[in-house]
Amino acid sequence: MDESVPLKVLIADDNQSDRLILSAIVKKMGHTVFLAEDGLEAVEHFQSDKPDIILLDVMMPNMNGQEAARKIKELAGEDMVPIIFLTSLQDAQDLAACLDSGGDDFLSKPYNKIILQAKINAFSRMRLMNSTLQQQRNVIRANNEHMLHEQQVARAVYDNVAHAGCLDLPNLQHLLSPFSVFNGDVLLAARKPSGSLHILLGDFTGHGLPAAIGAMPLAEIFYGMTAKGFNMVDIIREVNVKLKTILPVGYFCCACMLNLNFRQKEAEVWMGGLPDFYLYRAASRAVEKVPSTHLPLGVLSSQAFDATVRILPMDIGDKFYMWSDGIIEARNDDGDLFGEQRLYDVFVQNKQPDRIFQEIIDRVTTFSGDSGKDDDTTLLEVTMVSEDDIGQAAIDLESGAVVGPTDWRMSYCLRGETLKSFNPLPVMLNILNDVPALRNLSGQMYTIMAELYSNAFEHGVLGLQSDLKSDADGFAKYYAERQAAMDTMESGSVQFDFDLVPHNGGGKLTILVTDSGPGFDYHSKINNIEARSASSTQPQSGYCGRGIPLIQTLCDSIQYKGEGNQVEVVLSWPADEV
Amino acid sequence: MAIGTANNGNELTVQIEGRFDFSAHQEFRDAYEKAGSDINSYIIDMRNATYLDSSALGMLLLLRDHAGGDSAKVRITNCNADVRKILTISNFEQLFSID
Repeated sequence: MDESVPLKVLIADDNQSDRLILSAIVKKMGHTVFLAEDGLEAVEHFQSDKPDIILLDVMMPNMNGQEAARKIKELAGEDMVPIIFLTSLQDAQDLAACLDSGGDDFLSKPYNKIILQAKINAFSRMRLMNSTLQQQRNVIRANNEHMLHEQQVARAVYDNVAHAGCLDLPNLQHLLSPFSVFNGDVLLAARKPSGSLHILLGDFTGHGLPAAIGAMPLAEIFYGMTAKGFNMVDIIREVNVKLKTILPVGYFCCACMLNLNFRQKEAEVWMGGLPDFYLYRAASRAVEKVPSTHLPLGVLSSQAFDATVRILPMDIGDKFYMWSDGIIEARNDDGDLFGEQRLYDVFVQNKQPDRIFQEIIDRVTTFSGDSGKDDDTTLLEVTMVSEDDIGQAAIDLESGAVVGPTDWRMSYCLRGETLKSFNPLPVMLNILNDVPALRNLSGQMYTIMAELYSNAFEHGVLGLQSDLKSDADGFAKYYAERQAAMDTMESGSVQFDFDLVPHNGGGKLTILVTDSGPGFDYHSKINNIEARSASSTQPQSGYCGRGIPLIQTLCDSIQYKGEGNQVEVVLSWPADEV
Repeated sequence: MAIGTANNGNELTVQIEGRFDFSAHQEFRDAYEKAGSDINSYIIDMRNATYLDSSALGMLLLLRDHAGGDSAKVRITNCNADVRKILTISNFEQLFSID
């Protein structure tokens, strides 16, 4: 095979007869020969003729063989140029010194043709192997550089998509530490037009690119639907369907989604596949564990998917602590896991509540030491704050028509099963948002519409009593009754009639909501509202009856009509200031 | 990490040993894909499994898919507390019979 390939062989020997003998032998083997008379010439020939193998006499004038070998090896760099010393030396020390100076082997005088040939062949094979290795290494190196570059670009895109939103809100603290260039963890936060905060913490199977790819559509759906005012349940369903469709079997996303309602002081929770997270109660310093109740996202088909959420009442200062499994599965040098108990102990032993977040990080870091991390670590702290502290959600004013419709009316009636499962608010708000003045008020509009709809549906159609919500227990009971009433509901309707007209250079919107319920004695309720707003310095307490006073503060007028199953809200705005 | 199998014609038992993670991917797959077409139920024996990670959960889903998806008969048996915990967190009892 390769043994027949002619090589370029450099022979350096100051003894002319030795040189000629060797040259004759090597030429006879079919190789090309270059001759040098001393070490200096050998180095020059090496540079000009690039021989494949060098036969080097040890003792030569001007530059001896060992010195020449050193120079040649230095010049050759990574390339393998086998040097075989020609020597009549017998002493083991001398022979060893030849190899130490960079020689690869030696050949004793007088030359044995068969051994010489065998050595040349052996080194030729080695050279070939070395150059193959080098080529392969260069290909791998180039590929790796290319891949890293691609990953860096993709990472920039990924960060823009997956970590956008409002993670910088003052009531959030977070830690994201990537295990590879891409993190399999996703942490998203966005405000709804109503001012509520949606949070999603996800942990995709595996790390790196496959994990990151699923994060893209997840983030797009989360931000897009949240901005349009969709409910958490609708979003989590949509995300599940999308991931189920695009991810191969065996890939999924363990996730927890929160909807923090600062007005109602409650949180909705959907949790699938992540370790228990904690709800820390500021008043009692107690920790409530919130367990995973669902399969991860992307596993079940949309028919089988369960989007049931838990509702947890919260007080100001209460905090959620959420994490991916990287915290619990952090390992120390002995391979032990950090584990749930150590995590729980951080809370039990804590003395300063505002240091819990940092203490968790410190404890995990101290525990795992230098052993590195073998999973993505994501940690999030979410604090319930007052609506005033968190402020209004920033509304995207850049999209939509500049002038918009100024004179129109619309009716939208929801009946039967649709009432149970469909959220009509995003659709209606989309239409209202085409009116520029209302787009500026879209946070308020959401609140008004949401209150009107839930009043009409829950109190009107389902006939629930709002005074049930006067304490935390009743709150839970209220939701239970709501579910029961929905299960037995057979018919019913809620109708919205919108009427928008130009008004004093601005506009006026009238919304009439009619429900199929029996109505109620609104005269006494209205009196109540007036009594309450008269003493409006009194902060509201309790859970009930907030809807109506709230709407009243946001619009021109609110008026019950008919049997109390109709309510009319009027909202007007002045001429555009621009 | 090692995987053993026992095949009695129509039931395949796959024994997991040590850490069940991505390194077992190919071996686990081979275990059920090469078991023959007469297999109609599967037992995953976790007696000697010490740990499961999310890619192992993914592999279980792949097996379930291979075994017929919603009609698959896959039992996961002899789980230790750690393994059990991981399966519970992910609510895998909704998809597999676990004992």
